[in-house]
Amino acid sequence: MAPDTRADAVPAGTPTKVTQGSQSRGGIGESTLRPDGTLKVTGEFAYSSDMWHEDMLWGQTLRSTVAHAEIRSIDISEALAVPGVHAVLTYDDLPTDTRNYGLEIQDTPVLAHRKVRHHGEPVALVAADHPETARRAAAKIRIDYAELPLITDEASATAPGAVLVHEGRDDHHIGHVPHPNIVHRQPIVRGDVARARERADVIVKGEYVFGMQDQAFLGPESGLAVPGEDGGVDLYVATQWLHSDLRQIAPVLGLPEEKVRMTLSGVGGAFGGREDISMQIHACLLALRTGRPVKMVYNRFESFFGHVHRHPAKLSYEHGATRDGKLTHLKCRIVLDGGAYASASPAVVGNASSLSVGPYAVDDVDIEAVALYTNNPPCGAMRGFGAVQACFAYEAQMDRLAAELGMDPVEFRQLNAMEQGTIMPTGQPVDSPAPVAELLRRVKARPLPPERQWETAGGEADVRALPGGLSNTTHGEGVVRGVGYAVGIKNVGFSEGFDDYSTARVRMEVVGGEPVATVHTAMAEVGQGGVTVHAQIARTELGVTRVSIHPADTRVGSAGSTSASRQTYVTGGAVKNSCELVRDKVLEIGRRRFGSHHPAWATAELLLEGGKVVTDAGEVLSDLVDVLQDEAVEVEAEWRHRPTEAFDLRTGQGNGHVQYSFAAHRAVVEVDTELGLVKVVELACAQDVGKALNPLSVVGQIQGGTTQGLGVAVMEEIIVDPRTAKVRNPSFTDYLIPTILDTPTIPVDVLELADEHAPYGLRGIGEAPTLSSTPAVLAAIRDATGLELNRTPVRPEHLTGT
Amino acid sequence: MDFLRPASWEEALAAKAEHPAAVPIAGGTDIMVEINFDHRRPEHLLDLNRITELSEWEVGGESVRLGASVPYTRIMEDLRTELPGLALASHTVASPQIRNRGGVGGNLGTASPAGDAHPALLAAGAEVEAESVRGSRLIPIDAFYTGVKRNALAPDELIRAVHVKKADGPQQYAKVGTRNAMVIAVCAFGIALHPGTRTVRTGIGSAAPTPVRAEAAEEFLSAALEEGGCWDSGGAITPSVAKRFAELASGACNPIDDVRGTARYRRHAVGIMARRTLGWTWEQYRRSGRTLEGAA
Repeated sequence: MAPDTRADAVPAGTPTKVTQGSQSRGGIGESTLRPDGTLKVTGEFAYSSDMWHEDMLWGQTLRSTVAHAEIRSIDISEALAVPGVHAVLTYDDLPTDTRNYGLEIQDTPVLAHRKVRHHGEPVALVAADHPETARRAAAKIRIDYAELPLITDEASATAPGAVLVHEGRDDHHIGHVPHPNIVHRQPIVRGDVARARERADVIVKGEYVFGMQDQAFLGPESGLAVPGEDGGVDLYVATQWLHSDLRQIAPVLGLPEEKVRMTLSGVGGAFGGREDISMQIHACLLALRTGRPVKMVYNRFESFFGHVHRHPAKLSYEHGATRDGKLTHLKCRIVLDGGAYASASPAVVGNASSLSVGPYAVDDVDIEAVALYTNNPPCGAMRGFGAVQACFAYEAQMDRLAAELGMDPVEFRQLNAMEQGTIMPTGQPVDSPAPVAELLRRVKARPLPPERQWETAGGEADVRALPGGLSNTTHGEGVVRGVGYAVGIKNVGFSEGFDDYSTARVRMEVVGGEPVATVHTAMAEVGQGGVTVHAQIARTELGVTRVSIHPADTRVGSAGSTSASRQTYVTGGAVKNSCELVRDKVLEIGRRRFGSHHPAWATAELLLEGGKVVTDAGEVLSDLVDVLQDEAVEVEAEWRHRPTEAFDLRTGQGNGHVQYSFAAHRAVVEVDTELGLVKVVELACAQDVGKALNPLSVVGQIQGGTTQGLGVAVMEEIIVDPRTAKVRNPSFTDYLIPTILDTPTIPVDVLELADEHAPYGLRGIGEAPTLSSTPAVLAAIRDATGLELNRTPVRPEHLTGT
Repeated sequence: MDFLRPASWEEALAAKAEHPAAVPIAGGTDIMVEINFDHRRPEHLLDLNRITELSEWEVGGESVRLGASVPYTRIMEDLRTELPGLALASHTVASPQIRNRGGVGGNLGTASPAGDAHPALLAAGAEVEAESVRGSRLIPIDAFYTGVKRNALAPDELIRAVHVKKADGPQQYAKVGTRNAMVIAVCAFGIALHPGTRTVRTGIGSAAPTPVRAEAAEEFLSAALEEGGCWDSGGAITPSVAKRFAELASGACNPIDDVRGTARYRRHAVGIMARRTLGWTWEQYRRSGRTLEGAA
């Protein structure tokens, strides 16, 4: 089975260059249509699961059926004997001493070694000539487990004599955590809470619980690994950050990074769930072992075990306020369950602690956030991480404080709203617009949907507009309306001193008599619309119509992750920067060729517009076609936003964040108070986006984020059995996400207050709407029912006391 | 796995006789999920899609003979007058795509307590036409569900049709799920008024090991209506009668706690649905001048 020349063949489903220009001409600020939109809607878009290669094998993962156990033995002999099976791999087959991976802490075994730490952990791999054969063979692998005691919460994690989820930790957090079952701890102390507390006329304490949400992206984990003639591998995969994968994959394979050639294939959603490695290393191992291309596609069931989830959290809050409605202090403790492996837990702790006050000015704070190691499913990145959980708690507190003070909840928030110049609990000043009070004013000023909106003209009930929908549970009986408000703050970009850069290669040349720009980045397009925005930036900066977007791969430098609302800011910034460098070179060529023809070449500020070189006064100096002739100008450059600092491990002080993003929501709900069913009627959002590079995409992001927040308010939760630490609902039958009938009208009010530090003044927008949506819905349900509701998602049982 | 594709009903019966463990597949909306999740790998799948008569129905004098594969969409759109309860139930099944494929035969074959059609069939009154090479028989719906995902079919029998009584009065159906569409029932309730016989029938889904009737509730209500002369007078049902009816419906449940809901909630919700659907049907009965029309 020696490798042949097939590595030269391009697998079916490989992404190709997308040239935009024939239908889409817009620069920044225009609602240019997405080049992949029609393909996706018509089902023609090639997702990573559609990849196909002649002679390919199918990879299958065998996962643990128990949450915490020693592996006494693994017997693969029966599996190997299945006709059609080409390889069965376990930990012992790993080719190098690097046998763990991880985003920050390399604590995750590629395949389980002597121990499994959570339900669904990968233990063995099979490659076979048919997926069904691979599946059957995997089922024939015999594993002898000896179950270990379970760590499932803070009490069991830190109990005297608690089993350690990870023995012998040597990561850089172990020195400052109070217990080895705590991944990371971040305190933030500022001012004097004890003294400030004395000024408080009211004190409100609350305990809150946030359930485990799943990203529930529609395209399950999948990819194709093709062994190369040079002993390397070509990996086509749906991911969020190619270079982060690469850094983790190559050492396990024992290959230099240049021999692991990664190409982004069609991504069916991400929301943080593709930040960690899933099948990447496994497929490469099988491909290199068998010398054959190997495709792996998780099914929906496996997908629930194939990626991390949103950290469930327990949050204890104490706020004080004076009679006239000013917050005096905040004490809070946030316990995040990170599950069996660290993943993004340290960063989640950083966000949860530093954003735990919310978008409010509070000088005296005592904050602590920790993430646990447990035997629950690993949790990591998901849209808005850390900030989402905190927002649920502090916004519930705001409503309770307002009620205690007899104040309007919106006015109370506005009275305490942060603004530009406010000092964060970390000591960092907010140095760009923070229109928190204005966002609240806007959602409140909107007219409310009419009362009894479900009644038709004939006085009948349209059940689609009522709780229960077509399930026909009420025609208005028991239905009470509620209205609730919330506002949130999210950091944009990677924080705490991370070198958060991106790289863009931009090329300009004449093709078919027309200047064409090619943009090549490693940015993962996961649906956010980056490929649209990059073309818009290139048009604006280079004055061209036609822009080719090169498929994202590792032949260009890292773009960083498509997460933390950062790609338009950072890779958009890198594209803008590289375009500017290309423009400089083009103008140099122009000066060389035509400088003597017109004095403006030397004196004026020159721009590229409409395929021409023009002065800032609009005078045309030359066609780009004539400047470039047969020369191609190409630049690859890294670009960085302002640096940030780590938070002090004792005090939490430090300029840790790059930028903040704010959104406010008003939720209007109808609650069937007898059956405990909820219909969200309207979920209005106002958000400051700095500058909308693509207004249509911005509204789409806000509506999507809002809906994802609604999901975890009323239905989305991975249910883990506390007795077994096993997942009870790994399917779309029982892990429910909102359907269109659950999705309300989402009017969006977009503010554009420029952040002078950011490219075009833009603000990262993808996450902020996910934060405030959830607490707004909860507030509305509380308004309708009068119940305390300290837990999300809300279930009918909570609303009916059953 | 062998895929058997009989061209006729007779061939299907012969195949089932030869392979009694063969699993029939029509719309595939249930069995394919089980196969995809690897919950079940039958030796034989018996494809009924070539037998077109299974997708047909006949409206008779007393009942509708509904082919086992008639999709829910057809029931919703074409049989609202004759089978209003089942039409409402059909509308709560999954998504339009699934309703275009799935039918009552599959619901009966699987006999899950959560099957959406069951409470409506129990309330309306129905008989399952089961057939094997040995012959044909009609199984009363009340005797059809024998345990969790078990039914009265013999291993060699196939469901050919279900004979559902045509509505002689208003019918209603309500189902609780934790989202507003495309959801498996946490619990469900069906009710049918039968002015012809002056009886009321009910059906409860997902709140006991099998779909069940709330017989005590039915008897109580029938007696209360009779006693008050309500069938003739169209007099209002008193709140205390409605309340008692709801309590008895709730009492007919024997639910479990599971990932979709608690037993306590199911009992509670069945009571609420019983009271509300009784109110809707009785109002309709009164308003319609006590005709036999049973529009939903």
